[in-house]
Amino acid sequence: MKRIISVFTVVFLLLSCLSLAGCGDSDKIVLKVYNWGGDYISTGEGDTLDTIAEFEKAYPHIKVEYTTFASNEEMYAKLQSGSAQYDVIIPSDYMTARMIEEDMVEQLDFSNIPNYADVMEQYKNLPFDPNNIYSVPYIWGTVGIIYDSSVVKEVPTSWDVLWDPQYADQVLMFDNPRDALGIAMKKLGYSQNSTNAYEWQEAAEELKKQKWQAYLMDEILDKMENGEAVMAPYYAGDTLLIQEENPNIAFAMPEEGSNLFVDSMVVQKGSAHKTEAEQFINFMCETRIAKANVEMISYSTPLQSVYDELEPEWKNSKILYPDREVLDRCESFVHLPADINALIQSLWLEIKAG
Amino acid sequence: MRKRMAAPYLVWMLLFTLVPLGMVVYYAFTAKEGGFTLQNLTNIPKYAPVFARSIWLALVATALCLVLAFPVAYRIARSTGNRQRTLLLLVMLPMWMNFLLCTRAWMTLLEDTGLINRFLGLIGLGPVHMINTQGAVILGMVYNYLPFMILPLYSVMVKIDRSVIEAARDLGADGIRVIGRIIIPLSMPGIISGITMVFVPSVSTFIISRWLGGSSNLLIGDLIEQQFIGSAYDPYAGSALALVLMVLMLIIMAIMNLFDSEEIEGAMI
Amino acid sequence: MKKLLSRFYMGLIFLFLYTPIAVLIFFSFNQSKSRSVFTGFTLNWYREMLRDDMLMTSLKNTLIVAVLSSVIATILGTLAAIGISRMKKRVRTAVMNVTYIPVINPDIVIGVSMMLLFVLGTRLLGLELGFWSILIAHITFSLPYVILNILPKLRQMDHNLYEAALDLGCRRHQALLKVVLPEILPGVVSGLFMAFTFSLDDFIVTYFTSGSSSFQTLPITIYSMTRKPVSPKINAMFTLLFLVVLLILIFVNLRDSRLEKREQERSL
Repeated sequence: MKRIISVFTVVFLLLSCLSLAGCGDSDKIVLKVYNWGGDYISTGEGDTLDTIAEFEKAYPHIKVEYTTFASNEEMYAKLQSGSAQYDVIIPSDYMTARMIEEDMVEQLDFSNIPNYADVMEQYKNLPFDPNNIYSVPYIWGTVGIIYDSSVVKEVPTSWDVLWDPQYADQVLMFDNPRDALGIAMKKLGYSQNSTNAYEWQEAAEELKKQKWQAYLMDEILDKMENGEAVMAPYYAGDTLLIQEENPNIAFAMPEEGSNLFVDSMVVQKGSAHKTEAEQFINFMCETRIAKANVEMISYSTPLQSVYDELEPEWKNSKILYPDREVLDRCESFVHLPADINALIQSLWLEIKAG
Repeated sequence: MRKRMAAPYLVWMLLFTLVPLGMVVYYAFTAKEGGFTLQNLTNIPKYAPVFARSIWLALVATALCLVLAFPVAYRIARSTGNRQRTLLLLVMLPMWMNFLLCTRAWMTLLEDTGLINRFLGLIGLGPVHMINTQGAVILGMVYNYLPFMILPLYSVMVKIDRSVIEAARDLGADGIRVIGRIIIPLSMPGIISGITMVFVPSVSTFIISRWLGGSSNLLIGDLIEQQFIGSAYDPYAGSALALVLMVLMLIIMAIMNLFDSEEIEGAMI
Repeated sequence: MKKLLSRFYMGLIFLFLYTPIAVLIFFSFNQSKSRSVFTGFTLNWYREMLRDDMLMTSLKNTLIVAVLSSVIATILGTLAAIGISRMKKRVRTAVMNVTYIPVINPDIVIGVSMMLLFVLGTRLLGLELGFWSILIAHITFSLPYVILNILPKLRQMDHNLYEAALDLGCRRHQALLKVVLPEILPGVVSGLFMAFTFSLDDFIVTYFTSGSSSFQTLPITIYSMTRKPVSPKINAMFTLLFLVVLLILIFVNLRDSRLEKREQERSL
C-alpha cells in the first residue's frame, strides 16, 4: 500500500505542474466544423496545405474547432440527441435532404459565397436541395467494389460477387444501413430509393445470407491495405490511396449500377456564427484550397476551376471521373419517407444483432 | 456536525447518479412520439441472443481472469522487498497505458496476416485463424482487465498471516488443502471485488467486440451505443436496453453480495 | 522444480501483458504506416507527433480532467466517508447502496444516463457539453472508489482519538485535519490514485458526455484517429507515455528500497 501511495504522490505532483501550465486564447469566434472522419480535408501532413490553418490565417478573428463523424447516421444521432451544436456540417445527399426537411439547417446567404459560381452546373440544384438554397457541394464520388486482385482473379462485374460463398468471412460490409441495404437492393435489382417496405425486407434477408467479416466504415481502407479482407464495397476515390500502399488492390464498378454521392456543406440551424460559417464555406471553394482538399481526399471535385487545374492522371482517371454512361447507371440516395426510414433502422439493428 | 460532511456528496449523487438513472427509466417507458409506452421493453426479447452472448463472454473472461490472476497475486503477496515492488509495478504499468491502442495491437497480432501468423509462418506452422472469433473477444477482455483482478487479490492475500499457513501445514494439511481451506476463504473479499471489476466492464464493452469480434459478435454495449450516438438513433429503445442491462447487473451483484459486503470495501486495491 | 514452474508461469503472464505494448513501441519506429510490416527504422513519427496540435492538446486535456476530477472527487469523497462513518446503521446502508451504484453499473449505462441529464441541462440552462460535462462525469464515477478506500481506515481508527482531541481543546476542524486525516491518509491517497487512473484511461463515459465540444481527451482523439490507417505518431506518443510512467515507477521503486534499507539498518 505504502508504495502505491508514494508512486502516486510523485506522479500526481508532476502531472499537476504539467497540466496547469498554459491555457489557450479565448476572445476569438469559435467556428465548429463537423466533417467526415479519416482525412476528409487537407491537414498539412507531409507537404500538403493545412486548409484550416489557411482559413484561420485569412480570418484571424476566427478559430476553427474541427471534429469528425464516421457515418451520416452517427452525425444525425449526435445532432438529434441535443448534445451538440455545430456551425458547418458536411453530410451526404440523403442526409442533407433529411436535415432540410426536418428544419435542421439554415438557408444560406449566397452573397457571402461568391465562389458558388464555380460549381459545375450538374452539381447545382440537385434533388436533395432542388432550389439550392441550403447547401454547397464539397465533394462527390461513386461507390464500387474494391478487391485484392491477387486473390479475386476475375474482375467483378456484379454485386453478386460479394455474396460468393468462397469468400465468406473475407468480405467487409459498410457499417451503415443506407449503404449496406442499398447494395443488397441493387443486387436484387431494386431502386436504392425504393419506398416499398417488402423490397427493403427482402434486402435485409439478402444481407443476412453472407457471413461478412465485419461491418466497418473507414476501417475498410486499413483492412484492405493490410490484406486482411479480399473484397469490400467502398468509395471509388480511396482505391487510388490504397494502391499506393498495396498495388494488388483494384476497383470495379458493378453493372447493376451503384450509388453516386454528393457531400455538401450546410450550416446547422441555430448557429451563432452564420456569416463566419458562410465565409468558411466560401473559403473551402477557393481553387487552391479545394484543390488541396480534393488531392488529399482523392475523391472527385464539383468545382470547374479545380478540375481544370488537376494533374492529368487525376483528371483522366476513369475511377474518379467515370464516363457519362457509367454515371447514368448510378443513383443518388434521396430522402425516404419516415416510415421507411424507421423500417430500415429496425431492419438494420436486427441484421447487426445477428 | 460530522454527519453533515456527507451532505455535498449526497446532493452530488442525487443529481448525477440517481436523477440520470431516473431519466433512463423515464426514456425507457416513453414512445418516440411522446407518451407512455411498453413497446421499448416488449421489443427487448428480440435481443435476447445479444444479452446472452454478452453475459456468456464476460463470464468466461472473468473466470479466466480469476484463474490466471490467483497464482500471480499469491506469488506477489508471498515475495518481499524489491522483488514484490517490481512485480507489483509490472502489473500496474499496463493499467496506465491506453486500452484502445492495446486492443488495436491485439488486432495486429491476431489477424490472418498479423504478427503471430507471420511468426508461425516463419517456423512453418499455421496460419491459424484467430481474429473475429469469440476467443479473440475473450482474449481482449482478459488482457484489458487482468490487472483489475490481480490487484484486489493481492491486497487481501498480503494481509494473510503467514503463521496461519504454517500452522495448517504443521497440522498436516497438504498444499491443495491449504489453498482450499485457508487461502481462498481468506481471499474472498478480494475475489468478489476482482470479479466485479472484471465482469462489469466486460459485459458492456463495445470496443473490444468491434475490433476483435468481427460481424457476428455484437455485444449489448454495441447495441446501446448505436442507439444513442451510432447509426440507429433511438434513445428510447436504447434506454430500455440500458435499463434491462442495469437490472441484470443488480441481480447478479446481489447474488454475489450474499457472500459478504462490508469487507469488500477494504479489498479495492 | 516448483520454483521453476512458478517462474515460468509469471514469465508467461508478463509476456502476455507486455506483448501488445512491445508491438506498439516497435512500430513507432517503422518507416511505413503499416501496422504489421516493418520496413525500416525512423524517428520521423516522433517529430510528426510533436507537430500534431490535436494530439498534444488532447494529452493536456486528459491530464487536466484527470487531475481536477480526482482531486475534487477525493475532497468530496473524504468528507463523505467521514460523514457516512458517523451515520446510524440504517441510513448508512441506504447511502452505501447508492454509493455502489456507479461501481456495479456498466460504464455505458453511466455514460448514456449522464448524457440524457446533460442534454436536459443544455436545453434548460443553455450550457454546452464539453469540459464541464466530462469533468462532472469523471468525478461521479470516481467518487465511490474514494469512499470505499477510506471507509475501512475510518473503521480501524479509534474514534476516541477524535473525542480526546476535542477534550484537549482542539477545534473541530483542527481535530479533523490533525487527528483524523493522518489516520486515514493512506486510504485517501489510494482513493486519489484510483480516481486518477480511471479518469486517465476512460473512453466510454467521455465518449457519451463530450458533445460537440472540441475538448477531446486522448482516448477520444485516438478513437477518432483509428478509423483510417493509423499514423504511427500515436505509437510514438504511446512510447513516450510508457517511458514517462516507467521512469517514474523506477524512481519511486529505488527510493522505496533505499528507505526500507535505512529502516532495516536502524532497527539492527
